[in-house]
Amino acid sequence: MYRQASRFLIRSLGGSRRRTAAAPRAFSTDVLAAPAEDAAFVEAWKKVAPNMEPPKTPLAFMKPRPPTPSSIPSKLTLNFVLPYQSEISNKEVDMVIIPATTGQMGVLPGHVATIAELKPGLLTVHEGSEVTKYFVSSGFAFIHANSFADIVAVEAVPVDHIDPSLVQKGLADFTQKLSSASTDLEKAEAQIGVDIHSALNAALSG
Amino acid sequence: MASAAAGSSAAVPFWRAAGMTYITYSNICASLVRSCLKEPHKSEAVNRENVHFVISKWANGKPEKPTIRSDSPEE
Repeated sequence: MYRQASRFLIRSLGGSRRRTAAAPRAFSTDVLAAPAEDAAFVEAWKKVAPNMEPPKTPLAFMKPRPPTPSSIPSKLTLNFVLPYQSEISNKEVDMVIIPATTGQMGVLPGHVATIAELKPGLLTVHEGSEVTKYFVSSGFAFIHANSFADIVAVEAVPVDHIDPSLVQKGLADFTQKLSSASTDLEKAEAQIGVDIHSALNAALSG
Repeated sequence: MASAAAGSSAAVPFWRAAGMTYITYSNICASLVRSCLKEPHKSEAVNRENVHFVISKWANGKPEKPTIRSDSPEE
């Protein structure tokens, strides 16, 4: 019922342009600016249970996404979360460099909306003159058109929590496992080990 | 994710070609990173990621003796 409410809204907004290919269709993940309430449902509810508030749907609880501003904002709002804690939440920063699978990607305010898969590597957050570095094991980065960036990682550690001797040992171990691996799966696991430890090495020295 | 415009087997990552899913890959990466940490952080991380669960098999409507498993989350 509430899903159709958004369709009604779009129809009234789009008007006659609805039929043309140029009419933009709203994403299902876009939260409406004002939570849409079905008037007919609320009426019927009030008849049946006048003393109780009509129930709210999840859409009513969601905060609407801040709209895309017309001019490029000066700061990027960053959210960096791990499964067990929220490392950075709603922090305004100048730039963040993320280790995407396609290479180190610098994200500035006004970046085009992007979804990037992260490879093991360094994530650097630049705010004024201070730079915070994290080593990220893997994850995703969602950059939205309104200069909000959400980065999710499974494991992220500040670089000074890493032990260089363990990294060297791990690199040697996995390089040796890679050369002696027989099945595809063993090779893949050894390759992952080599990738991770070389990335850790590079992060420690870079 | 593996279905690129070019067809079925275009540029899949090596772990997917070997039959691994992304979650397995990601968990292996995370546990390897955890194993390379300096001491107080390493034991905190290992404790945090420990998984203990109890499995009870049921037969004929009755639970049998439960087994306790405390797997580390690698596999």
